[in-house]
Amino acid sequence: MELLCPAGSMPALKAAIEHGADAVYIGLKDDTNARHFAGLNFDEAKLKEAVRFVHLHGKKLHVAINTFAHPDNYRRWQHAVELAANAGADVLILADIAMLAYAAERFPHIERHLSVQASATNAAAINFYRQFGISRVVLPRVLSIQQVRALARSCDIDLEVFAFGSLCIMAEGRCYLSSYMTGQSPNTAGACSPAAFVNWQDNDGILESRLNGILIDRFSPGENAGYPTLCKGRFSVGADTYHALEEPTSLNTLDLLPQLYAEGISSLKIEGRQRSPAYVAQITKVWRAAIDAVIAAPDHFSVQADWQHVLASLSEGSQTTLGAYHRQWK
Amino acid sequence: MKFSLGPVQYFWPKDQMLQFYREVADSDFDIIYLGETVCSKRRELKFDDYFAIAKTLHEAGKQVCLSSMTLYEAPGELRELRKYIDNGEFLVEANDVGAISMLQEKNLPFVAGAAINCYNQHTLRQLISMGLSRWVMPVELSGQWLAEILSQSVIADIRCCFNTEVFAFGHLPLAWSGRCFTARSENRSKDQCELCCINYPAGREVKSQDGTDVFVLNGIQTQSGFRYNLVNQLNTMADTVDIVRLSPQVEGTFDWLAKFKANINGAAPQQLSVTDSNGYWLNLAGMATG
Repeated sequence: MELLCPAGSMPALKAAIEHGADAVYIGLKDDTNARHFAGLNFDEAKLKEAVRFVHLHGKKLHVAINTFAHPDNYRRWQHAVELAANAGADVLILADIAMLAYAAERFPHIERHLSVQASATNAAAINFYRQFGISRVVLPRVLSIQQVRALARSCDIDLEVFAFGSLCIMAEGRCYLSSYMTGQSPNTAGACSPAAFVNWQDNDGILESRLNGILIDRFSPGENAGYPTLCKGRFSVGADTYHALEEPTSLNTLDLLPQLYAEGISSLKIEGRQRSPAYVAQITKVWRAAIDAVIAAPDHFSVQADWQHVLASLSEGSQTTLGAYHRQWK
Repeated sequence: MKFSLGPVQYFWPKDQMLQFYREVADSDFDIIYLGETVCSKRRELKFDDYFAIAKTLHEAGKQVCLSSMTLYEAPGELRELRKYIDNGEFLVEANDVGAISMLQEKNLPFVAGAAINCYNQHTLRQLISMGLSRWVMPVELSGQWLAEILSQSVIADIRCCFNTEVFAFGHLPLAWSGRCFTARSENRSKDQCELCCINYPAGREVKSQDGTDVFVLNGIQTQSGFRYNLVNQLNTMADTVDIVRLSPQVEGTFDWLAKFKANINGAAPQQLSVTDSNGYWLNLAGMATG
C-alpha cells in the first residue's frame, strides 16, 4: 500500500519524501491541473529538479494533467503531457479522454492513472477507461466503504482512494457549482471557488464571506471563519439556516485503514497540493506511521491518539469526517 | 432547429408523470428524453413503465430517447442500466461513461448527455468513433466554446455524422453527490430518506442568508438557483445548434416551448424574470444574465 503525498512546491515535495512518502504528485504551473493557484506548482526547470530528487530517493513522481483541454488552446494540454513525459515522470494522472488517448499513443511506456476528475464511480465506467490502457483508478470521494470494497473485489485494476484532506462532496469532475457562481470551474480552469472572487467584509463584528458577490457565510465574533468554498457555506432552506450541503470539515480515513488494506487498495492519496511544506511534513509523518503499523500487524491495528490529534489540528475547522465512506454521512 | 424535452429531473408521483406524458404526446416537441436520471431509489415509474410511455410517444410521432442516470455507484444500479441498453428499440442517452462502455460493446449509437465530460474536438472525435450520434454540450460551456470546437478541422470533416444539442431552459443540473441533500434538509440520512423528494416537485430552494436564490436541492443532485433561459439566444444558434432542449417544469413547459418556437429568428423576444439567467451561453458566470 503506497502513500501518495501532495506537493505544490519543491520544499513541500522534499518534505513529503523526507517524511516517508512512497510517491509524490504535482502539477504544472498552468491551468492543466486541478490546483491552478497563484504561486503554486512546477515549471519545466522545477519539474526536472523534482524528478531528480524523487528518483534519487528511489520514489515515484506522478504528474496531474487533469483539467479538460480547451478547444482553442488544445496544444497546451498536449505540451503538458510531453513536458511531463520527457522530464521523466513515472505516472501521468489524466482525466480528459483526448489526453488519455494522446498519452497512450505517444508515451505508452509511461503509466496512466485515471484522475478522480474523470469521475469513474462504477465498474462499467472503469471498464470504459480501460481502452486507454490505464493501470490505476483514483476513486471519487462519493463512494461508501461498501462500494469501494465491491469495486476492489470486482475490478482487476489498481485502486487509489483519498485518505485525508479537503472533502469534495460532489462527484469530482461533474460539479459545475464553481463556474455557476464565478465562471471558473475545476474542469475548465483548475480551480474551485477561486480566491480572486473572494471578498471579506466586517459588518459591526459580523464577518461576511462572499464569492463573486454571493453571500456564502456569516460569522459571529469568535467563530472560526473558513474559506468560502461554495458548497461549505451556510444557506437557508425553508425556515432553517445551516450548512445545506456540507460542513467545513476534512476527510480522515485513519479508522478505515485496516479495511482499505484488507481490500488491497494500492494507494492512499493525501489531498493538499495547495498546503505548506510544514503541513505536508506532519501529515506524511502520521500516515507513514499508520501504514507501517497496519502492514506490520493488520489484525492489531489501532489508531493512536497522537495521530488523530495531529490530523485534527491540521483539518478545516479542526473537524474531520469519514465522509461518504461511512454510510450515515450520506 | 428541433426542440427536445429533457427527462423529468424531479420525483413526481406516477399519476402526475402519466398525465404529463399524455400532454407531451400532443405537444410540439420533436424529441423526447425520458427515464430516471438522478436517483435509483425513485421507483414510481420502473423501466417497463418508461418503456411503455416511450412506445406511446413513438406512436404519436415523437423521436424517443431513453435517458440513463448520471451517478452509478452500486452493482444493482448497473443491472438496471443494462435494461436501458438492451431495450432493443430506442436510442439511449448516456450520462455516465459506464453507459457508453455498455453501448460500445453492443455497437449501438448513443447520445452523450451533458454530464459526459466532452470539452474539446479530440474528445468529441473519440466519442464519435465509439458511436456518438448526438452530443449534448456540458452545461457550463458557452456558445463561443461550442463554435470553437465545431470549427476545428478534426470535427468539421465529420460534422454530418452527429447532431449538437444544448440545454436551454430549466434549472441546470450542476452537481451530483453520494449524499442526498433533500433528505439532509429534513434531517434524515439517505438510507432513511423515505423518498421525501416526492414532496418537492420543483426541488427545494436554497437561498443565501441575504435572500438570493443560490441552488435548488433535488435529491443527490444540486441544480442552479436560477432558471437557465436561452429563449433570446436562439437566433445566434443557427450555425451550431441542431436541437434545443427544454427541461420539464411543474407548470408552463408547453407555453415556454411556444415562446421558444416563436423566437427562433429573434422575432418575439421575451422579457426574462429576475430569477432567470443565461450566463453560461454568453461566456459569463452561469448565474449571470447578459
